[in-house]
Amino acid sequence: MTDYGPLTLHVPEPAVRPGGAPDFSNVKIPKAGAVPRPAVDADPETIRDLAFSIIRVLNRAGEAVGPWAGLLSDEELIEGMRNMMTLRTFDARMLIAQRQGKTSFYMQHLGEEAISSAFRKALLPGDMNFPTYRQAGLLIAGGYSMVDMMCQVYSNSRDPLKGRQLPVMYSSKEHGFFTISGNLATQYVQAVGWAMASAIQNDTKIAAAWIGDGSTAESDFHAALVFASTYKAPVILNIVNNQWAISTFQGIARGGAGTFAARGLGFGIPSLRVDGNDYLAVYAVAKWAAERARRNLGPTLVEYVTYRVGAHSTSDDPSAYRPKTESDAWPLGDPIIRLKNHLILREAWSEERHKQAEAEILDTVITAQKEAESYGTLHAGAKPSAREMFDGVYAEMPPHLRRQRQQAGV
Amino acid sequence: MARMTMIEAIRDAMDVMMARDERVVVFGEDVGYFGGVFRCTAGLQQKYGKTRCFDAPISEAGIVGTAIGMASYGLRPCIEIQFADYMYPAYDQIVSEAARLRYRSNGEFTCPMVIRMPTGGGIFGGQTHSQSPEALFTHVAGLKTVVPSNPHDAKGLLIAAIEDPDPVIFLEPKRLYNGPFDGHHDRPVTPWSKHDLSEVPTGHFSLPLGKASIVREGAAVTVLAYGTMVYVAQAAAAETGIDAEIIDLRTLIPLDMETIAASVRKTGRCVVVHEATLTSGFGAELATLVQENCFFQLEAPVARVTGWDTPYPHAQEWDYFPGPARVGRALVETMEA
Repeated sequence: MTDYGPLTLHVPEPAVRPGGAPDFSNVKIPKAGAVPRPAVDADPETIRDLAFSIIRVLNRAGEAVGPWAGLLSDEELIEGMRNMMTLRTFDARMLIAQRQGKTSFYMQHLGEEAISSAFRKALLPGDMNFPTYRQAGLLIAGGYSMVDMMCQVYSNSRDPLKGRQLPVMYSSKEHGFFTISGNLATQYVQAVGWAMASAIQNDTKIAAAWIGDGSTAESDFHAALVFASTYKAPVILNIVNNQWAISTFQGIARGGAGTFAARGLGFGIPSLRVDGNDYLAVYAVAKWAAERARRNLGPTLVEYVTYRVGAHSTSDDPSAYRPKTESDAWPLGDPIIRLKNHLILREAWSEERHKQAEAEILDTVITAQKEAESYGTLHAGAKPSAREMFDGVYAEMPPHLRRQRQQAGV
Repeated sequence: MARMTMIEAIRDAMDVMMARDERVVVFGEDVGYFGGVFRCTAGLQQKYGKTRCFDAPISEAGIVGTAIGMASYGLRPCIEIQFADYMYPAYDQIVSEAARLRYRSNGEFTCPMVIRMPTGGGIFGGQTHSQSPEALFTHVAGLKTVVPSNPHDAKGLLIAAIEDPDPVIFLEPKRLYNGPFDGHHDRPVTPWSKHDLSEVPTGHFSLPLGKASIVREGAAVTVLAYGTMVYVAQAAAAETGIDAEIIDLRTLIPLDMETIAASVRKTGRCVVVHEATLTSGFGAELATLVQENCFFQLEAPVARVTGWDTPYPHAQEWDYFPGPARVGRALVETMEA
């Protein structure tokens, strides 16, 4: 005889499924300016609250308020907005190109443009990002050539990666952008190792690791936190929580923890949550975390609270698993509109200038696209040679690969 | 020249490279202060400091993952996985990342890294301290796989591996750490000091990856072996009186096909020996290559002598281990075929 009843398995469910009314009442949004800004060398034990709140700068009226505000000039903010607009336009054109059959696959950033665009501003030349597939703002804001990006997406004759990688898996050492794997979470721990190397060499460079909410469930995420914490590596551990891991809501990876940022607390890592749709807040937090790394104070974990407005990729249809109007109900708004409203309030911008900028940016992107397409697309025009398929597996081609290349007749 | 055990030779290789090249860092579980459970890194932390040689958390994915980051930064990590059997949590890092950085980034990022792992059985280590997973690495494009069989080669090959621009898997047959072992487990242990190949050049000395060594010349049959099996094959040849030509492959990828093919063309017969399990083992690759390259010179089917397709057992270690009796039988059968 036992006093215990039968056990049951708990399987978390999102608040709403298709057909239901979107509901984000579970996302607690503190007022802009409400979260304090601690000193970068604050004892991690004293700032644990930051893992459970959301650092916000722009309020609903478009004003920049609170202790994390006031870091960027009008010019810098306009540049930031143009970067976000460029990324959104780039995405829109590449999505269409994929639908037209010019490439196999694409992944857009819609709604998440502020995170990588603003983060880039906190880095210095020589720093290294270990990105996922949704941080192309690091490249756009870093001034990487859009033509090169498109050539990669098209896997054409000018693809810097010779057609070896899936579209959007860019690589640019010069722009501090580590070759994207496409595997999840593996690069989180590599970023920690890269940062450890910088410290071993007494260098001044720092690293940034990137991961999505879903992939924090991978064991590599936890390995990264152990190593970062143990060796106080100069690394920023970024988690982009866009609510959805393909069709799986963030609660499946988060489990019983209140937030993803809270994962860092058990490792003694200062862990912050920030409004990912607020360019000013993202920049302020990134700058704070970078400052900690540069002063040899060790790692910082940052959770960006955002929403993936588009599909996971061109192979995904979100209407099958979430309400179609859910993105409209997302309480943190759109990053470009919010920054635009702020700049207008500052009298540094206008609706007219915005429209003009949109047109200019579209022109620039289309010009780049035309040039990229002149070098070929996935199924038409010039493409990387089959012979090159055998290059670069090793620094020096071993005999067995030479034989295989011969057999292939290329 | 100096007399060394395999452990001393491996340690000496790291010592030489750490002294020559400040980019060389060494870490792993119990590797720092204590010097490794097999003592391969003993004294390196004291000599080069805690940031060049240090203890790592028990996380093989973390050890390999951070080493990849360090290698891509420009360091030359030479890391230890405590037993090859513990490698699996790091397999994704090795296969999807280390092996492919150069290829997928078109050479922008590379991974000059050595992953050392004690491999093989013969020490009553049971299924979690005895495995020979070399085929899991030779199957992966972008990796090189090395298996030394004596102190001389261990030092020369490890230095070459550390200097190599690509990731190298360095499998150290743990039964050979303290002496050559021919499979006669009931006989007294032979120390390295009685063996010619414990004479190791001092200072910097490297052997090219991809060059096999003929350890016994013969005319009757070619034996392809590596690691511990080199000594088992020698014992089998001596005990059967068969004039075998025994080739120690030393590196599996790149493979010295020239030496293999020249030998089999001469002898017309071939026996492949490894301690790892049979099915889809590296022996399958060797047998196929011999068949492709030497078919018209072959006078008998290529034979394989390997561990059985079971997990590595504890009590039945010597029933599992492909010892000289089994190898000898294969030699006789191949000669009679």
